[in-house]
Amino acid sequence: MADTISFLKPREAVLSRRAAIIADLTELLPPECLVHEARELVPFETDAFVSYRRLPMAVALPKTTAQVAAVMKYCNRYGIPVVPRGAGTSLSGGAIPQEDAVVLGLSKMSRILEVDYANRTATVQAGVTNLNISEAVGIDGFFYAPDPSSQLACTIGGNIGMNSGGAHCLKYGVTTNNLLGVKMVLVDGTVIELGGKHLDAAGYDLLGLVCGSEGQLGIVTEAVVRLIAKPEGARPVLFGFDTSEHAGACVADIIGSGIIPVAIEFMDKPAIEICEAFAHAGYPLDVEALLIVEVEGSEAEMDAMLKAIVEIAGRHGVKTVRESQSATEAALIWKGRKSAFGATGRIADYICMDGTVPLGKLSYVLNKTSEIIDRFGLRVANVFHAGDGNMHPLILFNANDPEDAARAEEAGNEILKLCVDAGGCLTGEHGVGIEKRDLMRHQYSEADLNQQMAVRYAFDEDWILNPSKVFPLDGRPTA
Amino acid sequence: MQTNFTLAQLADPHVAESEQILRRCVHCGFCTATCPTYVTLGNELDSPRGRIYLIKDMLENGRPADEEVVTHIDRCLSCLACVTTCPSGVDYMHLVDHARIHIENTYRRPLIDRLIRSLLAAVLPYPARFRIALGLARLGRPFAPLLNRVPALKPLGAMLDLAPKSTARVSDSANPGIRAPEIEKRGRVAILSGCAQPVLDPDINDATLRLLARFGVEVVVPEGEGCCGALVHHMGREEQALDFARRNVDVWTREIDNGGLDAIIITASGCGTTIKDYGHMLRLDPAYADKAARVSNLAKDITEYLSTLDLPRLEPKRLNVAYHSACSMQHGQKITMAPKNLLKAAGFTVRDPGEGHLCCGSAGTYNILQPDISAQLKARKVRNIEATKADVIATGNIGCITQIASGTAIPILHTVELLDWAYGGPKPEKIPGR
Ligand SMILES: Cc1cc2nc3c(=O)[nH]c(=O)nc-3n(C[C@H](O)[C@H](O)[C@H](O)COP(=O)(O)OP(=O)(O)OC[C@H]3O[C@@H](n4cnc5c(N)ncnc54)[C@H](O)[C@@H]3O)c2cc1C
Ligand code: SF4
Ligand code: SF4
Repeated sequence: MADTISFLKPREAVLSRRAAIIADLTELLPPECLVHEARELVPFETDAFVSYRRLPMAVALPKTTAQVAAVMKYCNRYGIPVVPRGAGTSLSGGAIPQEDAVVLGLSKMSRILEVDYANRTATVQAGVTNLNISEAVGIDGFFYAPDPSSQLACTIGGNIGMNSGGAHCLKYGVTTNNLLGVKMVLVDGTVIELGGKHLDAAGYDLLGLVCGSEGQLGIVTEAVVRLIAKPEGARPVLFGFDTSEHAGACVADIIGSGIIPVAIEFMDKPAIEICEAFAHAGYPLDVEALLIVEVEGSEAEMDAMLKAIVEIAGRHGVKTVRESQSATEAALIWKGRKSAFGATGRIADYICMDGTVPLGKLSYVLNKTSEIIDRFGLRVANVFHAGDGNMHPLILFNANDPEDAARAEEAGNEILKLCVDAGGCLTGEHGVGIEKRDLMRHQYSEADLNQQMAVRYAFDEDWILNPSKVFPLDGRPTA
Repeated sequence: MQTNFTLAQLADPHVAESEQILRRCVHCGFCTATCPTYVTLGNELDSPRGRIYLIKDMLENGRPADEEVVTHIDRCLSCLACVTTCPSGVDYMHLVDHARIHIENTYRRPLIDRLIRSLLAAVLPYPARFRIALGLARLGRPFAPLLNRVPALKPLGAMLDLAPKSTARVSDSANPGIRAPEIEKRGRVAILSGCAQPVLDPDINDATLRLLARFGVEVVVPEGEGCCGALVHHMGREEQALDFARRNVDVWTREIDNGGLDAIIITASGCGTTIKDYGHMLRLDPAYADKAARVSNLAKDITEYLSTLDLPRLEPKRLNVAYHSACSMQHGQKITMAPKNLLKAAGFTVRDPGEGHLCCGSAGTYNILQPDISAQLKARKVRNIEATKADVIATGNIGCITQIASGTAIPILHTVELLDWAYGGPKPEKIPGR
C-alpha cells in the first residue's frame, strides 16, 4: 500500500474504549444499521482512491436524520472522529476512514422526498444517487444538471461534499450553482436547515460554505436541488484533431469567442482507444485528440451554434467532424465518455489528477504533462472537461509494483503543481481529500489557509469531522 | 486494484484466475448502483464492490469462509447486473463462483440450512422427484404460515408458497427422439428438456417444438440429457455441477458427431448462462475441455436461434406485452433485443417496464433461501410491470415466470409461447378471451 500521505495518529482514548463505544452505538441504532465485525469493516477501508486504506472502528448506516443526530451527539461527546460516506466514489480519498473513526454512511437514506415542479425543485435524502434524481423527473421533462461521470453511483451528499461537476456543467454550473438548501446535522447533533426553495436566502450564504466542505462542517441528510427543463434537443458532435495542441487551442477559441456549448470534453488517443473498446461509440481512431462538443436547443439554435463551432474548428485544422445520427448514438457517445475512468481499469491501474488551468494554457499544460510522464517512464491517458479547463490526466501504473506506484504518485504531484504554477488550481471537482492535502500550501498562502481553517474550527473545535483531510496535518488551530 | 497473493497461492488455478479478476477492479463503485441487494438494503457489504472486497480479503488471507462473508455472499442473486455495469470488465461471475466453492469447502452451515440445501440439491434437478415433491408441497401448503413464523424455517414456508396450485399435465415434449420438420428441413438442433421447467410448465417446450417444426427445423431430444447443473453450481457444489455438465456434454457430443447440430436450443435463460459457461467450467479437465467448449459455442437461447430464421412479419395485433428480461438473459447472456424484436415482428406491441435491469428475486433457489429480500424485489418488479398496463407479460426464464406469477394477476408466458401462437399455434391457455 502507498504510504507517502499520512493520516492523523489515532486517538488512544478512543481506541482503548472500542468495545464500550460499539456497545453504546448498538443502543443508538437498529442492528442492521451498524457494522462492527472485523471482517465486515474491511470493505469500508477505502473509496475510489484505492491506493490508500485505513480500517474504521465501526460503520453506522442510519435511516433517519434523528439517528444521524444521535450518533453525532455521541461521537462529539467522546471525541470520536466521524467520516461521512456517500457512495465512496471519491477520487481524492475523501471518504477513506481512519482507525479511530466511525464511518457515517448515508446509503440507507436514498429516497426522493418531494418533487415540486411549480418551484422546479426536488427535495431528496443525501444518499440518493445523482442519476436517480434525473431519472425520477425525466419523464416529466426535467433533469438535475450537474452530471459527474460517476453520476450513476455517487450520491447528492457526496456531490455536496466535493462540490462536484461534470461534462454539462460548462453551461449549467457545478453543484453549488444547483443547490438551494440542505438539512444538516452539526457536530454536536444539532439539526439545522440552510437555504430553501428560493435562489437566495437572508443572512450569510452558509450554504455556499457547506458545498465543497468535504464532510468537515456537518453531515448533510437532505438537500433541495434545482430542477431544469430539458432542452428541446441535444446533439453531441465529435471533432477529431491531429494534435492535442490543436484541440486545446480550439477549445480556448470557442470559449473565447463567447460561445458556450453545453459541454466540451477532450480525449487524447489512449483515452479514445480505451473508451471506444468499451462503448463502441464510433469515436474516430485515426486522430490524436478528440473533442466531444454538445449543443442544445431548437434545431435552428443547434445548427447555428454548430456552424460557428465548425468554422472555428476549421481554423485549427480539424480533421473529422461527425454528428451523432440518432439518440442511441448520442447515448453511446456519452456512455463511452462517462465510463472512461472505469474502462481504463481494463488496461492498468490509474490515479486521476484534477487540476484546473486557464483555457489559454491547456496546450502548454498538456505538453508539459507528457514531459513529466515520460521522465517518470509512465503512461498517461487524458480525458477531461476541456470547456472548464478541468484536466484529468489518468496516470497509468501497476499497483502490484510499489516502485511504479510511488513514481505515479510523484508524477501526479508534479502535474498538480504545474497546474497551480500555470495560474490554475489543484482541484476542479474531485476535492482535496487526502490526495492533495499536502499540496495545499503550494496553492495557498499561510494566511489564506488559516482563514479557511478558522471557519472549519468554528464548526468543529475538536477536529472530529473527517479530520485527516483537506488541511495539512501540522499547524492546525486547536482548542 | 492491488492484490496480495503469494506465489504458492497463485499456483492454484482458481486463485490465479480470481487474482486476475480482482486486479481489474478499480473500486469505482459504479456497480453498486445497479445491484438489487444494495438498492434494497443500502449496505455496501451487500453490493458487488463490497462482496468483491470480502472475497479478496478471504482469499488473500487463505482463510476458511466465516459467517459474515457467507451472509453477504448468500445474499448475492448472481443476477450479474454488476457485470453489465462494470466499465472495467470485472468478471464477477467467475469470482463469486469461486467464492461459493470456497464456502462450500470450508464452511459448515447451521443444520437447518444444510438440510434445506441438501433437499433442494437432491430434488430440483430430477424431474420425477420434483413432481412428487410438488404434490407433497400442495398437501403441506396449510403449514406455510406456521413455518414462515420461524426465521430458520422460512425457506420451507417459501417453498410451499411457491409450489403451483395445480399439477401441470405431463407432456411428451421431453421424451427422447427426433421431431421431424413440417416443411423442407432447413436446420437441425438439439433441445434441452431441462429439469424443473417440464414439470412446472411443459407448454414452453411444446410450443418450441411446434414452432421449430413449422419453420423447417428438425429437433432432437437426446437420450440421457439432464439438469444443466446451474442449481447446484450456484450452491458451490462444484463436483455435482461438473457431473451434470459432463453428462450433457457427452449426450450432445454424440448428437454433434451423429447427424450434426446447428445449435443446442435452451428455453430457460438460467440454464443458457450455465451451458454457455461449460467451456469455462471444464477448462481444467483435459478429457472434456474441448468438447465442452464446442457445446458452449453451440448453445443458443431459443430467441437467438429464431432470430436467424427470418420469421415473416405479421400484422399488428391488439395485445400489449410487457417484456421482462430475465437477468440470465440480459446480464448473463447479453441478449437484449432479440426477444423484443421477435415479438414486434410477430405483431405484438412491446413495452419495457422501468428498472428493467433489476432482478425479480427469483434467481434459482434464491426465492427459497432468501425469502425476505426476494419478496421485496418481487413487489418492486411487479409494480414496475403493472405500471406498463400491459395485457400479458413475456419472459424467457421459468424461474421468473413462477416468481412473477405469484405476485400479479397479469398472465405471464414464455416469449416462445406467444410466438408459436402468432405463427399458427394454439392460443395459450393463460391468455384470456377470444
Ligand atoms: C469513475 C469516476 C468518475 C468520476 N467522475 C467525476 C466527475 O466527472 N466529476 C466530479 O466532480 N467527480 C467525479 N468523480 C468523483 C466522485 O464521484 C465525486 O467526488 C462524488 O461527488 C462523490 O460522491 P460519493 O457519494 O461517492 O461520496 P463519497 O466519496 O462517499 O464522499 C465524498 C466526500 O463527501 C463527504 N460526504 C459524503 N456524503 C456526505 C454527507 N451526506 N454529508 C457531508 N459530507 C458528505 C465525504 O466525507 C467525502 O469527503 C468520479 C469518480 C469516479 C470513481
Ligand atoms: S464497477 Fe467494476 S471496477 Fe468499478 S467497483 Fe464495480 S467491479 Fe470494480
Ligand atoms: S450478481 Fe447481482 S446481486 Fe450479486 S453482486 Fe452482482 S448485481 Fe449484486
